Formats: sequence, C-alpha cells, structure tokens
Amino acid sequence: MDIVQQAPILMILCPFLGAFAVSLAGLIQRRWCYPLTVLFTAGSAYAGLGTLIQVLRTEGGVIRYRMGGWEPPFGIEFRLDALNAAIALMVVVVALLVAIYSRQTVASETAGKEGHFYTLFLLLTVGVLGISMTGDAFNLYVFLEISSLSSYALIAMGRGRAAFSCFNYIIMGTIGASFYLLGVGYLYIKTGSLNMTDIARILQEHGLYSSNSVRIGFLFILIGVWIKMAFVPLHRWLPNAYTFAPSTTSCLVAPLMTKVSIYVMIRIMFSVFNPEFVFGVGPRSDLVVWLAVIAMMVGSFYALAKNKLKMMLAYLVIAEVGYMVGGAWLANATGLTGAIFHILADGLMTLALFLAAGAIYYKRKSYNIVATKGLFGKMPFTMGAFAIAALSMIGIPPTCGFFSKWYLISGGIEAGHWGFVVGLLTSSMVNAVLFFRILERAYFEKPELPYEPGRQGKNALNFVERKGVDEAPLTMLAPLWAASLGLVLLGVYSGVVIDFISRYVNSVGFQ
Amino acid sequence: MLDLIIAKFNYWVYIVLMMIGLYAMIAKNNYIKKLIGMTIFQTAIMLFYVSIGAKQGATIPIIDHHGDGGDHGEAAEAVGHAVETAAHAAGSLDPDAYVNPLPHVLMLTAIVVGVATLGVAMAVVQKIHDQYGSIEEDEVLKRIKL
Repeated sequence: MDIVQQAPILMILCPFLGAFAVSLAGLIQRRWCYPLTVLFTAGSAYAGLGTLIQVLRTEGGVIRYRMGGWEPPFGIEFRLDALNAAIALMVVVVALLVAIYSRQTVASETAGKEGHFYTLFLLLTVGVLGISMTGDAFNLYVFLEISSLSSYALIAMGRGRAAFSCFNYIIMGTIGASFYLLGVGYLYIKTGSLNMTDIARILQEHGLYSSNSVRIGFLFILIGVWIKMAFVPLHRWLPNAYTFAPSTTSCLVAPLMTKVSIYVMIRIMFSVFNPEFVFGVGPRSDLVVWLAVIAMMVGSFYALAKNKLKMMLAYLVIAEVGYMVGGAWLANATGLTGAIFHILADGLMTLALFLAAGAIYYKRKSYNIVATKGLFGKMPFTMGAFAIAALSMIGIPPTCGFFSKWYLISGGIEAGHWGFVVGLLTSSMVNAVLFFRILERAYFEKPELPYEPGRQGKNALNFVERKGVDEAPLTMLAPLWAASLGLVLLGVYSGVVIDFISRYVNSVGFQ
Repeated sequence: MLDLIIAKFNYWVYIVLMMIGLYAMIAKNNYIKKLIGMTIFQTAIMLFYVSIGAKQGATIPIIDHHGDGGDHGEAAEAVGHAVETAAHAAGSLDPDAYVNPLPHVLMLTAIVVGVATLGVAMAVVQKIHDQYGSIEEDEVLKRIKL
C-alpha cells in the first residue's frame, strides 16, 4: 500500500510514539527531549501536509481512513474533509512551532521535568489531533479526555495559583466531557451507532429528528462542548488556568483546546445533524447568538481591565470564542464560513500573541503591562511580530483577522442580527484600544527596570539589565515570526482557503 | 406515575446519582469531597450506559459455537459440539437473546478515563495542600487573597 495513503494515521502516530520515546529519553538523557519533540512534531506536520494534499486531490474531497480495515459502522475511522483537514494541519503546525519555541522556556520554567513536560506536550498534540480527525463520536470523547488530562497536568506545572486554578479546570472539564458522553449515549440509544456519518444517515432515514431523546442528546453534547470551549456563562475556569500555566503550556493550550471544541460543535451541528434540525428544533439560535455577543463583551471588557498581559490574552480568547460560536449559529452559509475561517485565523493569532507574551516574560520576567514600556527599543523583533498579531486581532487588512471578521459581519447582516454586528465591531474597537495602549507604551516610553515587586528565586539573581537591544533567542523568534507571517499569508491567500472551506459549507445544505 | 418510576427504574437511579455528584462537585467546600462527587457523577453515566445495553431475559453476549469455524482448537470444538445442540434448539442466532455488549465495552474505556482523571486531580490536590496547607476551598481562597 502506498505510504501517502497512510498519512492520516502517521500524523497521529508520530507524536504518539514520540511521547514514549521522549519519556524514555527523560530518564536517560534529558538533553534529548527537546530535539526529539521537535523531530516528532515535524514528522507529524509533514504527514499533515500530505493529508491536506490528499484531501485536495481526492474526488469529493473526503478521505476515510479505516483502522485495521474494519468497515466504518463497526470499526473506527478517521474522516478528513474540507472542514477538518485544514484544522488538523493548523493543529500540527501550532504544535511544531511551540515545540521549537519551547527550548529556553521549558528549561527555565520547568527545569528538571523536561521528560514529563514533553511527554505531556506530545500527548496533548495526539489528543487534539485525534479530536480533529476522528469520525467516531465515542472515539472523540476518548481523544477529548486524552487532551484534557494532559492539559490539566501541563497547567498544574505552573507557579503561583496554577494548582488552584487547575483544580477548577479539572472539575469543569470533567463535567463538560461527561455531558458530551451522556449526549452520545442518548444518540446511541436512538440510532444504535457511534459513527458520525452513520448516525447522520440513520437519523435521516428513520426521521428521528422529532424524537425527544435525540433532542436531549444534542443539547447535552452542546453543553459539554460549551463548557470545554469556555463559552459564556461557562467560562470562569479559563482565565486563571491559562494565566498561571507555564508560558509554553499556554502557548500550546490556548490556540488549540478552545478552537478544537468549536470544531466539534460545528461537526456535531452540521455533519451529524443538519441546519434544519439545529435551527428548527434545537435551542433558539438567536438566543445563542446573543450569548455569543455577551461573550464578546465580557471577554473584551474584562481584558481591558486587566494589567497582566497573559490574563488579558486569556480574556480575549473568551471573546474570540464568542465570535466563532455566534458565526456558526447565525444560520447562514456566510456566517459559518467566517466561523470556520476564524478557527484557523484565531488559532494562529492566539499562538502569535502568546508566543510574544512568553518571549517578553522570558526577557523581562514579568507579565505586567508596565513591563512593555520601551520594548520596541529592547526587543524590536518580538514587538514587531506582536504588532502584526495585534493588527490581525483588531482586524486590519491584509492580515487574516480582517477577512474572517468580514465574513462574520456579512453573515450577521445577512441574518439580520444587528446585535451580533454591533457586538463584533465594538469588540474590535476594544481590541484596538487594548493593543494600541500596549504598542504606544512600547514605542514611545522609556524602558524601565524589570517590574515585579518581591521577585525572588534564582532567575532574579541571574537577571542583569543590558543596554541596547536585548532580544529573545532565535529559537523563540523564528516560530513567532513564522506565526506572524502566517497571519499575513493566510490573509493574502484568504480566497484560496475560503474556496476550500466553502466546499464543506456548500455540502451542509443551508436553504 | 408509579408505573413511570418502576418501568424506568434504572434511569431514575442514574439521574439521582448524577445530581448527587453534581451537587457535591459544586457545593462542597472540601476538595476531596468534590472529587468524590466527581467520581459519583462519572459512575452515574457509566450505570446509564450499562443499563441501556441490558435486555429482559437476555444472556451474556458470547455466541454459541456452531461447529463451522475451521480455525478453532480441538478442545473448543469438543465444547462446541456439546453446546451445538442447545444452540440449534434455540433456533438460529437470535440477537434478542444476548445483551448488547458495546455499551459495556465503551464503559471500560470510560472507567480508565475516570481513574486517570481522579489520579491527576488527587495529585493536584496534593500540590494545593503543599502550597496552602489546606484542602478546604474557603481557606485556600483566604490564603490566596492574603
């Protein structure tokens, strides 16, 4: 059999086998952990590229990879189409960039635990990749828990309130996953199948859409993924968990976990069910869109009130979740296209911002916004990339943030939901204020000595203020710039990506 | 009403257990009690799954040997012959005679997931205890605010 056809499974096997190798290396020689992690994630990214090309070349644009050759309703399959091939590639690219970036941060923040850290890092990648590729509803639960468990452990490695906030995350995450599992159970009672395509077929053929069990199952799944993606009002666990995690962890978790949960929501809404059911029988869609508007407001304004860079970014993640959920629930093709494109765009934007925040922390030893004073002089490359990511977050062309927001707003106008349009614009304005406040400080003000009262530990002793440019190391700058340039490229080539996404959106069948 | 309760007894049990678990997770102050609630919550869902596989008067899902399998060992074949008559008496393969094994198998995975979650959560609680010297939420919060 051709090796190219094995690309989907290789994509997930690379980090999976890598996790074993790295945990062994952690016992023998800790220096090997970093290169091994980069190697295995790079292999996975290569396979991801192969998978995407294969999806593009396949007639109909769907690859179904059967585990062990079992036919789908009985065996588990990976199902890649225009919706998730790009998302899976985004996941591996994010993992690869963070892996390259992690060299100094892991060594300085979680010294002595490299073996554990990288093992969990790779397992998290496996989980998120699995979620984005599997075509089996129960298998998705297993991958959801693999990724969640590794993210709990990765977050708890942080300092300060990390353990405390991680505990809340465990409780909320478990409730979310359990609700998802319960929902799948209700669908299983009615359809007797766990394969998503098969469930969709049985629901259609037997006209089960009016069944109460199916409706309740759908609701339970929705609540489950809403908790996982920190959709308002179920968002309280997120900001603390992401803020107190080690910086490498938040770089990896923030772009991946919430976006993938949104992917799951879209998959369940439009591949397992159909728009007619979701917007006819499910919860009233305009209520969900209003919740999304509240999410944008809560996220943006809380972000404005925070003076810790990472806390601010964590609240922005909540606002972005509002954009995407709102877009998906606008009940038209344009909004859904915007939501899917925004998953890719926001994955990269969040990555670039958190990478920049991590680089600033690595050099300035502080997340406080005051520490960004005069940083353009000290760290010109980091701040340059940060500025590009900030522009994309605000939505200024040619970055991709502009194009996804364009589609979201057009979708809002098409649906006649003016609350969503106004909410999105307001949130963008707040983003502008938020980021220009930082950029202005960084550009015009004089740098200060690292600010953090009562700082202690060995980092404090090693810290010597240097004159002139004091830039982060190349292994941190390269991924940061790759992510920022990716934002511009994704914006410039947005037409191609939108064409690809609309293959899926057209197959959904909006009226 | 009574009929509704008796006929769907298993579902009532799972709902009651789930609510107990949810209450403990949200309302209890002690971290270990929260974790006990979490375990009850997960177990309730497992009970739900296991009970949907059950059927009245059905037996364990092992198919009686029909003697047509070529790759079985001799001993198995001997046992097979003994069972064969019984199988034929009961007619050909009847799905109603066996409980559905799939939900049970799924729950094996869910049990593993539950154990792993509990393990991670316990480790985190231990870390909280090391850090703040308490596993009561209000005391930990008080110490964070200080």
